[in-house]
Amino acid sequence: MLLGISIGSLSIPFSSIIDIFLEQWWGIAPSPDIPDTLVQIVMAIRLPRVVLAFLVGASLSLAGAAFQGLLKNPLADPYTLGVSSGASVGAVVVLFFHLQLPWFGSFTLPIMSIAFGLLTLFLVLFFTRAVDPRMSVETIILTGIIFSAFFSALISLMIALTGEELRQIITWLMGSVAMRSWKYVVMMLPFFIIGCLLLLVNHRELNAFAFGEEAAAHIGVHVAKRKLVILIGASLLTGAAVAVSGAIGFVGLVVPHMIRLVAGPNHRLLLPLSLLYGGAFLVLADLAARTMISPSELPIGIITSLIGAPLFAGLFLNRMKRKT
Amino acid sequence: MMLNVHDVSYQYGEKAVLQNITFTVEQGQFFGILGPNGSGKTTLLKLLSRELSLQKGTITLNAVPLASFSSKELARLVAVLPQSADSAFGYTVKETVELGRYAHQTGLFPTWTEEDEQAVAEALEQVGMAHKEQETIDCLSGGERQRVYLARALAQKPSLLFLDEPTNHMDIAQQIKLLDQLKKWTEENQLTVVAIFHDMNLASLYCDRLLLLHEGKMVGLGEPSDMIEEKQLETVFQASVRRQAHPVVSKPLLTFVPQTYSDTRQQNDSLSALTIAQDGEQIVITTPQPFKVLSSAVVGAGFQWATHFVNRHVPKHYRCDDPETEMKQYLQSHSFAVHRTIGMMTAVYLEDAVWIKSSEEEVPLFVMVTAGVGNAVDAAKAWEKRETAEGIGTINVFIFIDGQLNETAFVQAMMTTTEAKVKALYDAHVLDPETHTLATGTSTDCIAIASSQTGRLFEYAGTATPLGKAIGRFVYEATTEALRKYKKRRGDGK
Repeated sequence: MLLGISIGSLSIPFSSIIDIFLEQWWGIAPSPDIPDTLVQIVMAIRLPRVVLAFLVGASLSLAGAAFQGLLKNPLADPYTLGVSSGASVGAVVVLFFHLQLPWFGSFTLPIMSIAFGLLTLFLVLFFTRAVDPRMSVETIILTGIIFSAFFSALISLMIALTGEELRQIITWLMGSVAMRSWKYVVMMLPFFIIGCLLLLVNHRELNAFAFGEEAAAHIGVHVAKRKLVILIGASLLTGAAVAVSGAIGFVGLVVPHMIRLVAGPNHRLLLPLSLLYGGAFLVLADLAARTMISPSELPIGIITSLIGAPLFAGLFLNRMKRKT
Repeated sequence: MMLNVHDVSYQYGEKAVLQNITFTVEQGQFFGILGPNGSGKTTLLKLLSRELSLQKGTITLNAVPLASFSSKELARLVAVLPQSADSAFGYTVKETVELGRYAHQTGLFPTWTEEDEQAVAEALEQVGMAHKEQETIDCLSGGERQRVYLARALAQKPSLLFLDEPTNHMDIAQQIKLLDQLKKWTEENQLTVVAIFHDMNLASLYCDRLLLLHEGKMVGLGEPSDMIEEKQLETVFQASVRRQAHPVVSKPLLTFVPQTYSDTRQQNDSLSALTIAQDGEQIVITTPQPFKVLSSAVVGAGFQWATHFVNRHVPKHYRCDDPETEMKQYLQSHSFAVHRTIGMMTAVYLEDAVWIKSSEEEVPLFVMVTAGVGNAVDAAKAWEKRETAEGIGTINVFIFIDGQLNETAFVQAMMTTTEAKVKALYDAHVLDPETHTLATGTSTDCIAIASSQTGRLFEYAGTATPLGKAIGRFVYEATTEALRKYKKRRGDGK
C-alpha cells in the first residue's frame, strides 16, 4: 500500500521515461507467468530494498522538515543535532572493533547505531539543559554542532587507525540501501511509525515554532513539552535511518525546501508531502545509483546530490522569476 | 480582566533588573510602560506574559496566579505582540493569523471550526489587512507585518493585550491609526491593553495610566498629566525635557532640547543687531536670530519663534472678513516667511511710530509703539455699547528683550505692558466716544513680547522686578509720546 502511494505520487512530477521504467519494473512482480527466480529477486532483494529506501528517504525528509521548522532555520537538517554523527560512531565502532553482540548477530551494527543515536540525543538535550535551562533553539543548535564535531573527530580517528576495514567503513558512511533484507525493514518500522506520528500530530506547533519560540508560547503552545516531543520524534527517524543505511546526505535538507517552494511552508501539508516525496526521491536515487554504471553501484549519497541540487536550483530559479 | 502585580523583582544572575514593582491594571484600561533602554520594561513584559518565570513577588489575573494557567488557557486570555517575531519561511498572511486560533482548538484531533474562521476574518478586517490575506508575509512592509501579528494576537480573542513598542516600523499615520484602534477597543470591548512605549508623547496621548521605570525601579505611576514631570524625566531619560500643554487634548506634551542648541546661538547684545526698515506702508523690524514671541498679533498669535515683525499701515476704512488670511497674503506678496513673521495692522501713520531703547546699564529692552485711539473703549463699560465700533485706531506695542524668559515672565510682561498702556491712556485723558468715560484701550490693540532667549534669565516680569519696571516705564513713555503725536496729527488734520 505504501509503495502504491509512492508510485502514485511519483508519477506526477518526474519525467515519463523514469515513469515507464518503473511501471515495467512493478508490472513484473504480480504477473504469474514470470520465472520464480525473478519473483524471488523482486520479492527478497528488490522489494525490501525499495521499501527501505522509501522509509529512509521519508524519515530523513520528515525529520529535516521538522528540524527546520522547530529551529526556525532553513539550514537545519536531520544531522544538525548530532544524532546522526552519534549513530555513525556506533556503526563505525562495530566495524572497527569487529563487535558482535550476543543474540543479534549481523544486526549488531544497526542496533548499536540506533543505541548510539539515542544516547547522543539524550546527551545533547542534557548538555543543552545544563547550559541553558530554557533550552532555546540557539543553544540546541550550538550543542548539536559541538557534538557533531566531536563525533566526526572520533570517526576520523578510527578511520586513521584502521587497516583492512577502511573500505567497509567508508562505504557505510557514504550510505547505501544495498543488500538489506526485510529484517532491516522490520527493525526500522517501529521507529519510523512512532517518529512519524510524533511529528505529524505536531504540525500546528511546528507552524508556531517557525515564528520563534516566544511567538509559539504567546499563542499558547506548551513550548518545553512540544519541543521535546518534536526533537525525540525527529531524532528517532534520523537515528533509525542512519542505522540502517548510513549517513545519506541532502535528502533531509533539500526535499522539505522543494516542497515549500511548491506547496508553501504550512506544516499541515509540508510534513506529509515531505514524507511521500522524500521516500520517492530516495527510491529513485537508489534506482539511479544501481543502474547508472551497472553492474557496479554508486554510493546513493552522490546520486541524491547529483539529482537533487539541479532540481532544487531549477525550482528556486522558477520561484524567483515568479516573484519579480 | 484585572492585572495585579505585587512586589515583583527579577535578576539575571547577580544583576537586579527589576526591583519591587507593584501596580494594578483595571479592565478596559490602556496602561503604558515608559523608561529608557535597560530600565527593565521588556523584562517586566516578559514576566507578565510568562515568557520569564517569576522569581519574587506575585502576578495575578483576576486574582488567579499567573503560574496556575495552562499554556492554552493563558493564550485564550492574554495575547502578546512582541517587537519582532519573523519567520524564516514564507507563510501567507492568513496562515499567520490562523495560528492565533491555536489555543482555541482543543481535543486530540482539533478541527477548524466556523468560529475560528470568523475570528480570523474579523481580526484581518480590524487591522485592515483582509485584502492581502493571500500574500506572503515576507513581501509586506514592516508596518504591515506588525499589523498581521496584531491580527494574530486579536484572533486569540484575548481580554488582555501586551504590546512591546507596537508602533515600531510604522510611519506616523500608521502609528496614530493603530493606537486609535487600540484605544477604541479598550473603550468598546473592555479590552485591557498594557504597552511599552518609546515615545512619551504617544504614551501620554493614549494611555489612561503610565508606569515609569528607571534602572529597574518604579519612579512613577499614575495618570499622564501627573506623571510627565520635567525634572523627573530629565533624570530618567538624561535629556533636557520641556513640558507643554497639548493644543487640543487635555494631556501634557513633551519636547526635548538638543544639547548643542545653546552653542549655536549668538550669546550677547542681540538688541543692537535689530534692524528697522520703515516706509509709508510698513515698519519691519528684523532680528538677527529668531526671537521667542508671545503676541496677540493678527499673524503669529500665541507663542511663536519669529525673525520679522511687521507693523502694516492699512487705509482708514480697511474692511475684511478674514483679516488673518488677507494679512498672510500681504506678507507672502512682500516675500516674508509667514511662519517666522509677527504681523500687525494699524491705520495710524507710521511716521508717528515711537521707539525707545534702554540705556547700557538698564535691562536690555527695545519698545516700539504706534497709537491711534479713534476707536477707544472703556473695558468696564464695553458691555453697555450698542454696537461694536469698527472705526480706526489701534495701539500696537512691540517689546524686544535681550534675555531668557520663562512662560511666567512672558505672561507677566503682557500684564505689565497692558497696565502701563492703560495708565498712558488715563494720563492722556482719552475718552470712550460713546460712554464718555476714560478709555482703557481700543478694540483692536495688539501686544507682542519678543525675547532673544539668550543671556540673562528672567523668571518674572511683574512690576516689582527689574524687567517689569523697565517694561512699565518704557511702554508708558512710548505710548504717551505716540498718543501725543496722534493727537497732534488729528489736530493738524482738523
